[in-house]
Amino acid sequence: MPETSRTITVEVNGHSYEREVDARKLLIHFLRDDLDLTGSHIGCDTGNCGACSVIVDGMLLKSCMMLAVQADGSSVETVEGLANEDELVPLQQAFSDHHALQCGYCTPGMLMSATALLRKNPKPSDDEIRKGIQGNICRCTGYVNIVEAVGAAANGGSS
Amino acid sequence: MLLREVEYVRPASIEDAVRELAADDGARALAGGQTLINVMKARAASPDVLVDLAELEELRGIELGSDGTLELGSMVTYTQLLESAEARARPILGEVSAQIADVQVRNRGTLGGNVCSNDPTNHFPPLMVALGATFTIRGADGERTVPAADFFLGVYMTAVSPGELLTTIIIPSGAGAGDAFENVPIGRDGTCIVSAAATVTGSGTRVAIGCVDAVPVLVEPQAADADSVKEAVRAAELDPPSDVHASADYRRHLAEVLAARAVERAVKAKS
Repeated sequence: MPETSRTITVEVNGHSYEREVDARKLLIHFLRDDLDLTGSHIGCDTGNCGACSVIVDGMLLKSCMMLAVQADGSSVETVEGLANEDELVPLQQAFSDHHALQCGYCTPGMLMSATALLRKNPKPSDDEIRKGIQGNICRCTGYVNIVEAVGAAANGGSS
Repeated sequence: MLLREVEYVRPASIEDAVRELAADDGARALAGGQTLINVMKARAASPDVLVDLAELEELRGIELGSDGTLELGSMVTYTQLLESAEARARPILGEVSAQIADVQVRNRGTLGGNVCSNDPTNHFPPLMVALGATFTIRGADGERTVPAADFFLGVYMTAVSPGELLTTIIIPSGAGAGDAFENVPIGRDGTCIVSAAATVTGSGTRVAIGCVDAVPVLVEPQAADADSVKEAVRAAELDPPSDVHASADYRRHLAEVLAARAVERAVKAKS
């Protein structure tokens, strides 16, 4: 029977959560408001900016373009899942080293897109990096440093 | 953004999905949601019931028949079309998928969603017309098959009626055929201003032009040279819309140029 709410079980960054959610609730609101995981940002709310990008069952997607109920039974990775306590992963360290964030608003989405890219393609060319972050808008226009950071992370953090 | 309240159901079989779609006039199928969820945010559409097709694994298949026919489930994503070895039997499918928006949208968005939303600027409706695809639609009374020429009925309207579900898209064998897709988009991999899909076979040339009418316009030039193609497009007396992106005159001009380019590339691609 169709219902306006549903109890869902979702694994987020390795933790399992069971919650009742309205069918109309977007995944990004579930993550931010229900689970208090505010690392993923809402930039445009229209599926254009990519700041809300997360990885669901291994697939990069924009969490403002998916309902929370659609994630029932799924495994979600957000930016909070990258660092181990205070220890940054090489990609995050490369963003810092290469000054790949200015205001930082797009950064959580950029990191998730770059994470998905590097899993699929560990040694991407600059063109492939640009194609990989095509769905993420940096309104500071800091793309050059972002591409350099992703390239550096792919080369083990050096370059 | 808060959507209007909506009911949700995730059926476990195609039969159940069709039953749920037929049970409520306001029911809509939810595939990848890359169009539907956004139009719900804008309240341009406010379905009462969302019938989520996520559990229907049988709609995610890509099968290449021994005769070269490709059977694509309606829930096949653009990423699947890009990566599937079977889909390479018709390389144009992956080539066009690569031009859809971005990684995130390609991972979620589906071929069925693209054709069923039938936005006049969508990439796949003209491509399906050029390829001569057929569509299998399931309803309460069983299954029917509709050729591409009869599938696209109007802006956002297709042969899939309320209470029905598109299940399969069948692409005929590409043996001896060459395909190409040309467009002028708004920004790289953006919305098309005009598009043209061409398929050239031993028996003729088919060009379907997108963004110039409510549905793709099929043009069948007598010959594959640029002058014949442009002449055939002119003879179709296109009456495209004018908007902030292009005037009607410019769209007519693009239609001729892109049709000629698409046919030229299709001829080169012909095996």
